[in-house]
Amino acid sequence: MNETVKSEWPLWEVFVRNKSGLDHKHCGSLHAADPKMAIQLARDVYTRRQEGTSIWVVRSDQIVASDPGEKAMYFDPMEDKVYRHPTFYELPKSLDHM
Amino acid sequence: MYTQAMDTMGKDGGEAKKPLRSAEDMLAEQKFEARIDAGDFIEAKDWMPEHYRKTLVRQISQHAHSEIVGMLPEGNWISRAPTLKRKAILLAKVQDEAGHGLYLYAAAETLGTSRDQLFDALHSGRAKYSSIFNYPTLTWADMGVIGWLVDGAAIMNQVPLCRCSYAPYARAMVRVCREESFHQRQGFEALLTMMTRGTEAQREMVQDAVNRWWWPSLMMFGPPDADSPNSEQSMRWGIKRIGNDDLRQKFVDATVEQAKSLGVTMPDPDLRWNEERQHVDFGVIDWSEFWRVVGGDGPCNRERLGARVKAWDDGAWVREAALANARKHELKEAA
Repeated sequence: MNETVKSEWPLWEVFVRNKSGLDHKHCGSLHAADPKMAIQLARDVYTRRQEGTSIWVVRSDQIVASDPGEKAMYFDPMEDKVYRHPTFYELPKSLDHM
Repeated sequence: MYTQAMDTMGKDGGEAKKPLRSAEDMLAEQKFEARIDAGDFIEAKDWMPEHYRKTLVRQISQHAHSEIVGMLPEGNWISRAPTLKRKAILLAKVQDEAGHGLYLYAAAETLGTSRDQLFDALHSGRAKYSSIFNYPTLTWADMGVIGWLVDGAAIMNQVPLCRCSYAPYARAMVRVCREESFHQRQGFEALLTMMTRGTEAQREMVQDAVNRWWWPSLMMFGPPDADSPNSEQSMRWGIKRIGNDDLRQKFVDATVEQAKSLGVTMPDPDLRWNEERQHVDFGVIDWSEFWRVVGGDGPCNRERLGARVKAWDDGAWVREAALANARKHELKEAA
């Protein structure tokens, strides 16, 4: 880390709830000096056209993520468990809406 | 708005030859190419070839710089917009450009280059931005023509980028494109108002603005494909989806029709419908002008860059104070 990086405002991830009843969805990131400023800038940058009714911000360095290198090992085991889906089960036509 | 076909930088000296690669890297590269071929999207933390990363940082940051510098020619007219309605529209549009710049900087940063490094590249003149912003905005009609032609050209460039193989860039572009279409429509409507309800002097003003912006707008698509050294690689990697010449032709075909309903003419005597090609033919573009402006010698290059550097330098104490304030509060909470 050099001096220029240290003088940068930290990075925040922005999550916006589109309308009440829906979940917050990640929509991008921005730099801000503190939490209050992050919320305010998120409003200006990501909800200029009434895209939001609620905003979450979280410091990017606080997010823990799965390792993309282990994607296959992590997620592929679910591939052969088709019996977890309703379409796996064949029912008589008259009852197929069950 | 405002990407210009970004492979123009090929003239800046080219990339250094690749160093010898390990067997592991070569395997990773094969896997990467296979993902690209399968139409897969690449995310920030995925393995990618160094040249892919570099190309994207260059293209996305140039695009971001263009949005930010692009605020200057239009900001010039906010205080002089003819009505309150037009002023509110122009303000909203310039605010959008700021937002687009921020989406794009954030996308570029996912590739491991900091915001300050990106700014430094712009301020020191190492990074480029779309050369269209090095032309002056002389009259109010320029605001309309920028919306109609410059944003129109930008949209044509940008829509294919929504399918770019680098996902953070593609996502930013989806957002940009969604917001952009009002820019083009408001410009056309402003011109239409002057052409249908304005005075003779206002109609002449519109025609004059079209005359000045037409050729620079065509240059926004970048040099012919044959002269774009990076185009082919970018196409193969799915960074670029449609060639410069095809996009330019599409733009000409669309705008020539729009000009008719507006009642203006384009400053090109060679413009005519070609029945055989099923496209509009147009005259030869003066690429020496393009390279001159890209190279730093356009009408407003020094002014634009000067304004950006001044804004950055003048804002330094604000950035430092905000950070100092945040640290003070953090300490208080910790105590």
